[in-house]
Amino acid sequence: MEFTLTNFLLFMVNCILTNNFIFSRYLGCCPFLGVSSKVETAAGMGIAVTFVMGIASLFTYMVYHYILVPLGLEYLITISFILVIAALVQFVEMFMKKGMPALYNALGIYLPLITTNCAVLGAAILNIDNQYNMLWSVLNGVFGALGFLLAIVLMAGVRERLETSNIPKSFKGFPISLIIAGLMSVAFLGFAGLGGM
Amino acid sequence: MINAILIAAAVLGGMGVLFGLILTFADKKFAVPVDERVTRVREAVSGANCGACGYPGCDGYAEAVVKGEAPINLCTPGGQKTLDAFSEIMGQSAELADPVVARVLCQGEHEVVKTRYEYAGMQSCHTAASLAGGPTMCQWGCVGLGDCVRVCAFDAISIVNGIVNIDEEKCTACGMCVAECPRSVIKLLPKSAKITVRCQNAAPPKEAKDACEKACLGCKRCEKACQFDAIHVTNGVASIDPEKCTMCGECAKVCPTKCIEQLA
Repeated sequence: MEFTLTNFLLFMVNCILTNNFIFSRYLGCCPFLGVSSKVETAAGMGIAVTFVMGIASLFTYMVYHYILVPLGLEYLITISFILVIAALVQFVEMFMKKGMPALYNALGIYLPLITTNCAVLGAAILNIDNQYNMLWSVLNGVFGALGFLLAIVLMAGVRERLETSNIPKSFKGFPISLIIAGLMSVAFLGFAGLGGM
Repeated sequence: MINAILIAAAVLGGMGVLFGLILTFADKKFAVPVDERVTRVREAVSGANCGACGYPGCDGYAEAVVKGEAPINLCTPGGQKTLDAFSEIMGQSAELADPVVARVLCQGEHEVVKTRYEYAGMQSCHTAASLAGGPTMCQWGCVGLGDCVRVCAFDAISIVNGIVNIDEEKCTACGMCVAECPRSVIKLLPKSAKITVRCQNAAPPKEAKDACEKACLGCKRCEKACQFDAIHVTNGVASIDPEKCTMCGECAKVCPTKCIEQLA
């Protein structure tokens, strides 16, 4: 795919809205439901995922094309990507602890969860499946994660309102969150076809 | 064939080692100096993560203590030992708060309380208590299915003859069981308060009597017997003001249903 402004914009819309990781691919639902009780922490989580996903896309691309392909080890894609992502998240965690202690405290136990966040692995494998080059891979990771950020912040906004609203007892807490996630997913279905990729 | 396996193993192993080295390096490079007192305080607290201090877990409390935000005598499970360690580390002294202990405010043993129905569901007090008023006729009493036993980190609680029994030696007054009990049968009371009204049945006298032989009927005999104005019947149940109580035991003697108990 050629790098032009049209392509770039289409790709952005496609990643963020049409093929949103949460609402149309159903990847990364664990942090989506787990860290979405406050807008602030949700945004923090989204930014952390954006950061990790961008870098992970770059590194997994390099690992795949410069290590696995030349050696004919394409079948090791899953395990090696998991290894790369796990190491990266550890690194990001150490970096954040030093550089951004406030964000580190806010994310707390959820940061290591990015290690096993299927959205990150999903993005890396989609890059390979769609045969993106290095640039598009990184863009896919970053924009995909921005879509995740959008979804989780929207969800957190709704859930903050839920705190004060009168909900039937049997729907309180998790059930209503799941229903809302479903409704939002239906809403995002309206973007289907947009971006045309 | 064997080559392919070896190459695959070598590549993955190599990558693992490489990442390991990078992480080791990063660990040194990005090391955050932790106040060594936090580590020492953290070692001194009970480690039960019970939340009796009001902080989220022992780590939270340890940090607050070192920052000077929290008094050093909040760790009740740790008791005197923890307090001594804290005073040494922080260079300040404090008295332990009046020791409290978890007490069971119910005497509804099997032969004392009437059964409403045979409960054969999930072994959980919360579930049983929410089902048609609970398996016993008393809506205030212990259900006896041991939700508190399961949350106790110190193995101090057991179920004896249908009601909860707390080993005061082992109890650290962390309050986990108090929070867990669906009927608030367990309360934290001062260890020195030897006289307790072990019933919370607020029903009218006849109903209370029908439900349980040892129910408080709200008859006010104890009120009249008390010379120190320490025991009062409010909302159909007697309660003792520990500040005024002199442990004379008069109320326990006159109680017709023996719901007031004097401990040795």
